[in-house]
Amino acid sequence: MSNSPTKIESALGTSTVLDSRSLELRRRIVQVLGDSGRGHLASAFSLVEILRVLYDDVLSYDAKSPLWPDRDRFLLSKGHGCIALYVMLAEKGFFPESELARVCKSDGILGGHPDHRTPGIEASTGSLGHGLSIGLGFAINARYHGAGHRTFVIIGDGESNEGSIWEAALCAGKHKLNDLTVILDYNKYQSYGSTFEVQDLEPVAQKWESFGFATTEVDGHDVDQLSSVFATLPLDNSKPSAIICHTVKGKGVGLIENDMEWHHKSRVSDDEIQALMSALEEVR
Amino acid sequence: MRQTCLNMVYSLAKEDKRIFYIGSDVGVGTLDEFKEEMPDRFFMEGVSEANIIGMAAGLAMEGKIVYVNTIATFLTRRCFEQIVLDLCLHNANVRLIANGGGLVYAPLGPTHLAIEDMAILRAIPNMTILAPADAEEMKRLMPLTVDWPGPLYLRLAKGYDPIVTNGDTPFKIGKAIPMREGSDALIVTTGIALNGALEAAEALAGQGIAAAVLHCATVKPLDAETILDYAAPTRVIVSFEEHTSIGGLGSAVAEIVAEAGFDPAKRFKRIGIPDMFPDQYGSQESLMSRFSITSQALVSTVVQLNEGKAASQLSAVKAQ
Repeated sequence: MSNSPTKIESALGTSTVLDSRSLELRRRIVQVLGDSGRGHLASAFSLVEILRVLYDDVLSYDAKSPLWPDRDRFLLSKGHGCIALYVMLAEKGFFPESELARVCKSDGILGGHPDHRTPGIEASTGSLGHGLSIGLGFAINARYHGAGHRTFVIIGDGESNEGSIWEAALCAGKHKLNDLTVILDYNKYQSYGSTFEVQDLEPVAQKWESFGFATTEVDGHDVDQLSSVFATLPLDNSKPSAIICHTVKGKGVGLIENDMEWHHKSRVSDDEIQALMSALEEVR
Repeated sequence: MRQTCLNMVYSLAKEDKRIFYIGSDVGVGTLDEFKEEMPDRFFMEGVSEANIIGMAAGLAMEGKIVYVNTIATFLTRRCFEQIVLDLCLHNANVRLIANGGGLVYAPLGPTHLAIEDMAILRAIPNMTILAPADAEEMKRLMPLTVDWPGPLYLRLAKGYDPIVTNGDTPFKIGKAIPMREGSDALIVTTGIALNGALEAAEALAGQGIAAAVLHCATVKPLDAETILDYAAPTRVIVSFEEHTSIGGLGSAVAEIVAEAGFDPAKRFKRIGIPDMFPDQYGSQESLMSRFSITSQALVSTVVQLNEGKAASQLSAVKAQ
């Protein structure tokens, strides 16, 4: 169902205008970064709309009973984008908002990567290439019991260099796990540089299709597009789904968009936090 | 032993619907009955061990008990990070059935020899390591693996190994099994090396040296209490294993004994695979001989230590 993607599509998502909720979520992410002093801001920003649509409209969950058996399973396999997830989980009530001020602190429950001890987080991820295989286990279990719940796994583009992702893709295709959805946060930058230069994934949609997935591509910052594609899942009743989300690393603040220095900036000054905040205000 | 183990997986799965089996392209016909009778709990995936460990972890997080089966080296070396993170960090109820522990695949060469499996797994929190000595012991321990909390590694031997255990002591995970009493020396062993240890103790008895033999079928958690009880009355302690001397049972025993602060100190020696890749083919037995993991070498070591020699003065246990 996808056309042949080209590098031109890296432009997708760049001009999408963010609404007030998307800007507010980003301001909360910046606040977490300001409090903790560390984190992968740009990777979190590329995820915001995907997570927002999932938690607002798509996933079934009960924040007061995080292990509710019928919940949809969600894994952020690219764990370094976790600040965006923490902001979402706190907003939905999985844990108190006050925890957001203690990210990476010794008295907090939230770390630099998702931790299975945190309410709302199914498994510890962040070492790349693990989440999809764990998700397969979830999906196979759901099928075994004839349970209706679904499994969603967000992977990164740099993460897609890992061989284990493709082992898992083969396996999901073989088992035709139609309740499993892989969401690729395709922001086209990894730690060292552009994915086209470091390890080109193209034609990435065709790769997923050839591994047995029904595949589609969307602007990963367009809330309406995301909502409508999630509403059509599974894309094919006899296949797992792969949604290639074209995103922009650092989306929302021109200052950091596609700026390699921001991939995992280890120290963020108060001035930088202020600059980010005002940039997010100005857009509004 | 392998056949017994897999037969037990089948019979346990018939009784317990939480049990799943995942193999990675293992031999044709493996667990055909399981596949036929419980197809929705039988998975034969491809040569993709890292994925299989993650998938098993996901199933275990959902309350399943997953028996994963392939060659020991591919589990332990290739999937080390999956074992550490997916299994041990989550304390997932996955049982790794590791074909060909130690030198079993001697004809296949060093790519297939699991010589450091216990050393690397021993360093991971939450991991349990079992190395039974024979098929009868396998039968006794398998039912206990079902409800044991957390990940478990089961080191399999070649098969058709002589039956040397007797079941007089009920199998308990985490408990060493005293196989022979004696206060002149203590031999601590695990897995199929128990056979050579018992032969050595018999030969030593003929020379007037009463050697106790402790079989540590559980290498982790190691039964420090029993080891120290048996160490106390003896002057000589020798560990004997089909595994590198670095980090295996011998190292674990050394740690326990050294920290116990015996005065006078024990005369201690590890017998195991020296710090080298196996450099010959042949058979498990011939490689054991090459590395002096033999009852004769064990006898000679105990005798010399008993005579007062320090372990560093011994030559018998170096590679021949």
